Amino acid sequence: MSADGCGAPAGGVSVSAAAGSQAVVEGRVVHDGAPVARGYARLLGTGDEFVAEVPLGDDGGFRFFAAPGSWTLRVLAPGGLRAERSVEADYGRVTKVDVAI
Amino acid sequence: MSRSDVLVDADWAEAHIGDPGVVIVEVDEDTSAYDKGHIPTAIKLDWKKDLQDPVRRDFVDRTGFEALLSERGISNDDTVLLYGGNNNWFAAYAYWYFKLYGHDKVLLLDGGRKKWELDSRELSTDVPQRPKTSYTAKEQDASLRALRDEVIAAIGKRNLVDVRSPDEFAGRLLAPAHLPQEQAQRGGHIPTARNVPWSKAANEDGTFRSDDELRNLYQNEAGLDFGKDTIAYCRIGERSAHTWFVLHELLDQPNVKNYDGSWTEYGSLVGVPIELGDGR
Repeated sequence: MSADGCGAPAGGVSVSAAAGSQAVVEGRVVHDGAPVARGYARLLGTGDEFVAEVPLGDDGGFRFFAAPGSWTLRVLAPGGLRAERSVEADYGRVTKVDVAI
Repeated sequence: MSRSDVLVDADWAEAHIGDPGVVIVEVDEDTSAYDKGHIPTAIKLDWKKDLQDPVRRDFVDRTGFEALLSERGISNDDTVLLYGGNNNWFAAYAYWYFKLYGHDKVLLLDGGRKKWELDSRELSTDVPQRPKTSYTAKEQDASLRALRDEVIAAIGKRNLVDVRSPDEFAGRLLAPAHLPQEQAQRGGHIPTARNVPWSKAANEDGTFRSDDELRNLYQNEAGLDFGKDTIAYCRIGERSAHTWFVLHELLDQPNVKNYDGSWTEYGSLVGVPIELGDGR
């Protein structure tokens, strides 16, 4: 991913990096024990307000650089697979969320 | 123009795989998704390497566009069907760009790559080789593009639509939440801009909402005056190309421009007014 880009990294991300001063939310998505390499993770705010979306990486990984606060993580995958988790983010912290769908 | 002239669904795309008059093009900022699998027969365009000037901050000029399309085997008579990741952000940007250079027969695939994938449709790793063409572009259509001075002059006069997320609009973030926070020197938004995040125009699967829902979103919820000219902006101009597509192509609003300099330019300009805080 280029530093001045705006899109989600198409090949997904390799988890994980240190948080530094960022509020990082990251994790992996698995189905029947195997990584879900084709699918999407969405970060939603209050009232289902869309914040960001990334395609899952080859290892089922995703990462967001959020603002501090409470978020909903929603995962979508082919075959109508979906899951939701509540997450908390804060500066300087990596919040890990692993999702089995 | 209406929805059926500019937007096609995945069934239409599937039926036109191999159609000699239709060139399917995946557009992304990071083309590794294409390399892992794409709609059969699709070629790729790299938003940065292919569509941006390598030195100046601008997109490639007319000659560069002609050379690019000729090299990729796209002719003036071809129907170009664009799709991509990120809910079609970069495909919408490319669509706007094809229109700027006067290519009329261009379509967007509703839902883009995401819906295609979520529907478990076929993806191929074969890279087609298309014979070269001699593509001729028209002069850039200035009625579709806003530059910074025009944007500053539009404050309080025209509709300014900031399509970034509410946190970026308010000045709490400088980039979308899946990217490290960096870029413009200042956060905030252009005074008098309404915040209508691009995502409100799309369903969860990346398809566009219905025309009625979109009209309601911009006119009733956001309070846009459709009697006025409109400029849309985001951070680097691709999310606002998505909104430009909605307003200009789907809702058939005249005089809608995309400000592709967007916040990375405006938020670094010396002396321009900036407003902070949430939208109304």
